[in-house]
Amino acid sequence: MEATLRQTWAFLFRGYHITRRYIGWVVVFNFYALVTSATVALIGVAAQDYQLTLKLVVGALLWNYLSWLYQEISMSIAYERWEGTLEYTFMAPVSRAVHLLGVSLFSLLNSVVTSVIVLIGLMLFTDLNLRGVNFFGVLVVLAVSTVAFVGLGLFAAVFPVMSAERGAEATHIFQGSLLLVSGVYYDIDVLPRWMQPLSAISPATYTLSACRKLFGVGDSNSTPELLAGAPLSAVTNELLILALMGAILLPLGLWAFVRIEAWAKKTGKLKRTG
Amino acid sequence: MQQPAIQVRNLRKSFRKRNGFRKKSELWAIDDVSFTVAQGETYGLLGPNGSGKSSLIRILSTLLVADSGYVEMLGYTLPEQQEEVRRIIGRVSVDAAFYKKLSARENLLYTALLYGQNAREAEQRVMEILEELGMENAKFSTPLEEMSRGMQQKISIARALMINPPLLLLDEPTTGLDPKSRRDVQSFLENLQSREGTTILLTTHDMAEAERLCARIGFLAHGKLVAEGTAKQLMRRAGAATLDDAFIRLTGEELVEEEMMAVAD
Repeated sequence: MEATLRQTWAFLFRGYHITRRYIGWVVVFNFYALVTSATVALIGVAAQDYQLTLKLVVGALLWNYLSWLYQEISMSIAYERWEGTLEYTFMAPVSRAVHLLGVSLFSLLNSVVTSVIVLIGLMLFTDLNLRGVNFFGVLVVLAVSTVAFVGLGLFAAVFPVMSAERGAEATHIFQGSLLLVSGVYYDIDVLPRWMQPLSAISPATYTLSACRKLFGVGDSNSTPELLAGAPLSAVTNELLILALMGAILLPLGLWAFVRIEAWAKKTGKLKRTG
Repeated sequence: MQQPAIQVRNLRKSFRKRNGFRKKSELWAIDDVSFTVAQGETYGLLGPNGSGKSSLIRILSTLLVADSGYVEMLGYTLPEQQEEVRRIIGRVSVDAAFYKKLSARENLLYTALLYGQNAREAEQRVMEILEELGMENAKFSTPLEEMSRGMQQKISIARALMINPPLLLLDEPTTGLDPKSRRDVQSFLENLQSREGTTILLTTHDMAEAERLCARIGFLAHGKLVAEGTAKQLMRRAGAATLDDAFIRLTGEELVEEEMMAVAD
């Protein structure tokens, strides 16, 4: 048990020191996340529509959190290839579950920090009043959807195991597709009809839908001074779907990763150059 | 009788290579290779680039699965007992694979934690190893990217030994090092072997290094183990005055050019 805790800590230790050494880039990425979120939110400010602003803010905030979480996990293998340390990680006596747990925990911390930065920035840009938001409910939804997104990230992390360059490209294509179909900044019914069913299989769709209710977006009782955040019971359906997705995606992602690792060892793909 | 540290029997590994859109060809990286390394022995594998040395080391490191054959390391078989094998091996590869922005200390502590070790105890052991390798303590906090290749390789050796493995897999550990660093590493390995009885499997291009460090040597060419024995036995068998000549006569391959290329790389 002690050894397992140390092994999990190893990935947090590594992540912390890499972040520290690349702090310039970390600042740039966070700045970029803040600026892109602010530019989207300012569309609502320009329209002088606080409901639209709130909808965009919730979209930007959640997308930052979920996409960072997904990206950090799905790209963890690609990062190791770029650093040249892939072989040493895979020949260490650490179970894949502990390895991926450690990677996911660091990604989670990273995503929380970025989301807090974006939230503070958006408050400065939009002057929104968040009184009445069901923050507890939002945290519950985020916790449940985190499991589903970790599963998605693990699933996507197999691409860089399969192919060094193409794999990293594939994870980004997948991430972009999630952004497109999940209704991050618009209602899903504005998508072409043939594309709309895809939104049903994205966990982000349910996370956004639930959080918008908990923020009071679209509720006629909401006012700029006091938002009518819905109770947690109002998002039971979304929570159940997210929990189900997490229960499927997390073990499925881990299973896929282990299978692809075995395949990579047979084909010789498990090396730093791919 | 003491069990061998490494037993490899009839090992075969091929890779599929795509030639054009539909055609695929099969390339044998390791072709029916068998050898045994006794506990506490230093065994050398010599061969030019592409002879299968690295593939063999990667199979023994659990990073590659053979198509067929039998591999046993201190009683554990591969690929069935990968977890157990990972606990008993240390590996040094030709490229010192580290997080280059991190310091030597950070890289080594990460490895210690990854192996479930107490970081403080591991750090102490690393300091002793690095001191023996002739490295200053002050360099311990320097990012790896600011270190010379020789220093990086010494850190890489310290990383492999930090876990105190009974089996050490060294894949061209001195390729590209300056003469002093090369001598430091070779002396260290000699001392390690005599002091701790560590079993070492060493692949190298360097005939002098193989002659100095290895009790027995195997010549690899085109994935096949074409000859095996002590340096003297190999020279006698080939009727050659040097190990270099013995290699050329027994394998029909030149090593010098390959070595120069590897150093240039």
